[in-house]
Amino acid sequence: MKTILTEEQLDITILRLCHQLLENRLEFDDLVIVGIQPRGIFFSDRVVTQINQQISPKKITYGKLDITFYRDDVRQGLHTLNQTDIPFSIENKSVILVDDVLYTGRTVRAAMDALLAFGRPAKVELCVLIDRRFSREVPIQADYAGKSIDTIITQKVKVLWKERDGKEEVVLL
Amino acid sequence: MQLSTKHLLGIKDLQASDIQTILDTATQFKEVLQRPIKKVPTLRDVTIVNLFYENSTRTRISFELAEKRLSADTINFTATGSSVSKGESLLDTVNNILSMKVDMVVMRHSASGAPHFLAKHIPAAIVNAGDGINEHPTQALLDAFSIREKFGSLEGKKCAIIGDIMHSRVALSNIYLLKKMGAEVMVAGPPTLIPVHIREAFDIRVEYNLRKALEWCDVANVLRIQLERQNQVLFSSLREYNLAYGINRKMLDSLPKEIVIMHPGPINRGVELDSDVADSKQSLILQQVENGVAVRMAVLYLLAAKQPIFNP
Repeated sequence: MKTILTEEQLDITILRLCHQLLENRLEFDDLVIVGIQPRGIFFSDRVVTQINQQISPKKITYGKLDITFYRDDVRQGLHTLNQTDIPFSIENKSVILVDDVLYTGRTVRAAMDALLAFGRPAKVELCVLIDRRFSREVPIQADYAGKSIDTIITQKVKVLWKERDGKEEVVLL
Repeated sequence: MQLSTKHLLGIKDLQASDIQTILDTATQFKEVLQRPIKKVPTLRDVTIVNLFYENSTRTRISFELAEKRLSADTINFTATGSSVSKGESLLDTVNNILSMKVDMVVMRHSASGAPHFLAKHIPAAIVNAGDGINEHPTQALLDAFSIREKFGSLEGKKCAIIGDIMHSRVALSNIYLLKKMGAEVMVAGPPTLIPVHIREAFDIRVEYNLRKALEWCDVANVLRIQLERQNQVLFSSLREYNLAYGINRKMLDSLPKEIVIMHPGPINRGVELDSDVADSKQSLILQQVENGVAVRMAVLYLLAAKQPIFNP
């Protein structure tokens, strides 16, 4: 087991990603952040909290998306369903998809499909905490990545959060 | 998150955890149905035949809509106008349809046990959409979903099933389901329409007085008098039935608490329910229909995942 990010590094990385998200835009009226269930939402919760601190009193629109019904392997075994919570239209909005680890890219592909059920966004960007390079199975890249790492297929990246795991770090198993 | 069964033949064969899984999954599908685009591509490689040997409005439309919302391909088969009238047997009919690569069969039949018979002889997954006077599992599931949505849980809720218990497959499925989920169950109606040993068989309450049943319950699931299944005189007239067992506004208003009225449809207005009850805000009847689509989507989704993928 190897630590990729410690708790402190994780905080700094999230802060940096939020600044990057903010420096790319002048207005926040159209900004929508969508966390991907189930693991991406811990990360997206942090991002939203952080951004709201930076640009207050403005509040950004935040939703959570479950992609189970859009998976390409949905019939090869049942997947646990999670709640989708997008009570707004994303028509002409600038959407940032947020997930913890970008690996094969298939989740993000499904998420983009799922997103279209809520309107036609003006733009969709991808923000991930960990980018596992050179392991993509579909042509998808992150616009914002916390840390890029090289891994082999037998390895596993685990992101631990205080709310769920009691401690906060990113490890390579 | 797996069902313990390959088919949905009846609630009798399900475990409490299966029912829980179906209801939880249905909650997610209900959210899908609120989206601007109410369709997901989940079952786009699945073909489903709706085999209806008996008339149906709600169930058939609800299943068909559920299949379409899941992007499955559907074929509708009704016995009238098919080769059934030329004398083709049930098994031959289904085998001919299956040879065209159909993955699932949703069937309604007037003979109790018809889906169970098919399940023994064909490889496709079978969903029972009502068989004779045996079971109607998806109706019981959507009733449970509606109760759970209204009250948060089924545990300890007092549910009275009122009316023609003898000929009702909805009643039987509901009794199985409510017992498995820990609700208290009562059946009420005229003695001629309640099977004699039902109290001992299911360990439920039996009440012949409508007013007492309504005073006891939180939820009254009112059943239709099944005129098409009556071949002997079990009550003297519809008017008399209405006088003794019809639920009207005056009676509901005189109860100590506000109860919820459900009905699986179609309603005989003025017989088991008066219009001012059926259309009141105490009634969950239209919510039941709405929830039916989500519940059937959940059932089809969960069963399809248990199916081997044909023609890999």
